[in-house]
Amino acid sequence: MTVANAPVPISGGVEVAPRRRPLPGLAKYLGLTPFAIYVLIFLAIPTTLAVVTGFFTEDGQFTFDNIAGLFAPNVLATFGSSFWISAVSAVIGAVVGALVCYAMLGTRSEGALRTIVDSVSSVLAQFGGVMLAFAFIATIGVQGLITVYLKNTFGVDIFSNGIWLYQVPGLLLPYIYFQVPLMVITFMPALEGLKPQWAEANATLGGTRFTYWTRIAAPVLAPSFFGSLLLLFANAFSSYATAAALISQGSQIVPLQIRSALVSETVLGRENMAGALALGMIVVMVIVMWGYSVLQSKTSRWQK
Amino acid sequence: MSSNQVRIGAEPGTLARTVILAIVGVVFAVPIVALIEFSFRSGLSGGYTLEHWISLFAPENARTYRDLFQSIGNSFILAVVTVAIVLVILLPTMILVHIQFPKLRRVLEFICIIPITVPAIVLVVGLAPVYSVVVKVFGGSIWTLAFAYGITVLPYAYRSIQANLDAIPVVTLSEAARSLGAGWVAVLWRVLLPNLRRGVLAASFITVAVVLGEFTIASLLNRRNLQTALLQVSQSDPWVAAILAVLALALAFVLLLIIGRLGSVGRNQSEK
Repeated sequence: MTVANAPVPISGGVEVAPRRRPLPGLAKYLGLTPFAIYVLIFLAIPTTLAVVTGFFTEDGQFTFDNIAGLFAPNVLATFGSSFWISAVSAVIGAVVGALVCYAMLGTRSEGALRTIVDSVSSVLAQFGGVMLAFAFIATIGVQGLITVYLKNTFGVDIFSNGIWLYQVPGLLLPYIYFQVPLMVITFMPALEGLKPQWAEANATLGGTRFTYWTRIAAPVLAPSFFGSLLLLFANAFSSYATAAALISQGSQIVPLQIRSALVSETVLGRENMAGALALGMIVVMVIVMWGYSVLQSKTSRWQK
Repeated sequence: MSSNQVRIGAEPGTLARTVILAIVGVVFAVPIVALIEFSFRSGLSGGYTLEHWISLFAPENARTYRDLFQSIGNSFILAVVTVAIVLVILLPTMILVHIQFPKLRRVLEFICIIPITVPAIVLVVGLAPVYSVVVKVFGGSIWTLAFAYGITVLPYAYRSIQANLDAIPVVTLSEAARSLGAGWVAVLWRVLLPNLRRGVLAASFITVAVVLGEFTIASLLNRRNLQTALLQVSQSDPWVAAILAVLALALAFVLLLIIGRLGSVGRNQSEK
C-alpha cells in the first residue's frame, strides 16, 4: 500500500487551489439529491405517515381517539408482554453473550475461531426470523427433537401444562437465540478495548485479578454493557418475523397487534389504529436508542 | 497467549474458554441440528429418508414447487436490485460527502442509522400508502420492493462502506489524481473504487443476506419472497420448508464468512 503511506500534499496550495473546486456550488449539491429524494420518499414519508395516521380517523378528521386507544387495557397488556419478553431476553442474551465475548478474549481477531463465531453470530442475529421459528418448532415443538427425547428418556412432558411454544413464553427461547449473537457482535469491540497496560499497572501496584475486574474492567465496560443491553431490548421489541411465524393468530405482542390492525380489512379505521401503535413503538424505540447512544458515546473514548 | 505465565490480564484460562465456548456452542447447535434432523424424517411415525431432499429437486415436481421457486427467484431479483440501489445511490453519496461535505458526515451517519430506530414493522405502516403510488408509477412487479429494502439495509451497508472510507486517505487520493489531470469520473472509477473494493463487497454481501432473510415488509405488503413462501409452504409441506431454511442459513453463513475474511485481510494490511 504505497499510496497509503504517500506524504500528504499541501492541499491548500496555490497551484492546486483552482482545481480543487471544479464543481460550482450548486452542481455540487446536485450530487446529493438522488440520495436525499430516495430517503425522503422511502424513509421520511413512510415514517411520518406511520406516526401521523394515528391522529386521524378513516375520513381524515383529526382525532385523539386512536392515541387514547393506546391506553385501553388490552393494548397496555400487549405493550406489557412486549416489554416483558424484550427485557428478559435482553438480560439473558447480554449475560450469555458477554460470557462468550470473555471466552474469546485473547484469541487472535483474524483467527479461524473468531471469524467463524463472528459469521455465525451475524447470521443468527440478522437472518433468523421465520427460519428460527422453524428450527424451534423442530426442536421443542410437539414432535420436536428435544421434546421427544425428554419424553422418551426421562418421561418429562414439557407441554404438560399446555403447548406454550405458540404463546408469548414460547418466544423467549428463540428470542434469546438471536439476542446472544447480537451481544457477541456489539460487545466484543468494547472488551477488546481493555488495554493490557491497565492489567500490568494493576499487577505492579499489587492488585489481584479480582481487583482488576472490579476496579478497572467493570467500570470501563459498564457503559458499553448497558448500552448493548438497550440495543438488545430494542432489537427484541421491534422483532416481528419470528413471532409472526410462531403465532399465526392473535396479537400477543405489539408488532403482532400492528399486523392484526393492518390485515383486518373488515373493521373500519383499524389502519389508523396501526398508526397509533406505530407511534407508541417509535416512542419506546427513540427513548431506548437515545439511551444507547448516550452510553455508546461514553464507551467510545476507551476504544481509541 | 501467555498460558504459562501468571495471568495478570483479563484473558480467561484455556479451561474456562473451552468450557464456555463448548457449552454455548452445543446449546446453539441444537436447534440447527433439530432442523436438519427434521428434514430427513419420513413422517410423524419416525424413521429417516432422503425422500424430501430428492423430491424438492426432482424435475417431475417442478410444477408442484413452481410458486416456491418463483418466490426464491423474486428474492434473488430483490437482492440484485437492492445491491444496485446501494451502489448507485448510497455509495456515491458517501464518497461525495466524505470529500466535499465533511460537515455533513454526522448527518449522513444519523440518517443511515435511523432504520434501526424505525423498525420494519413501523415502516410498513407508512409504506403501504407510499406503495399504492409506487405501483401506479412503476407497476406492481416485485423489484419495486427493493426501494423499501434499500432503506432497511442502510445501517449495515453504511457501516461496511464507512469502515473502508475511514481506512484509506480518500481526500489525498482524489486530490493526487485530480492534480495529475484526472476527471471526476476517472477519480471515482480508477482511483477510489479499487481502494474501496473491500467495503463495497462487504456492503453488497450483507445486503444480499439481509434481503434474503427479509419477511416483515414483504409479508405485510402482500408480496412474495423467499421468507413468505417458506412460511406458506410450511403449512402444507414442513419438510421442504425445513430443507430450504437449512440451505438459506448455509448460504447466509458463507456470505458472512466471506465478509469476515475480507475484513480481517483489511485489518492485516492496514496494520503493516
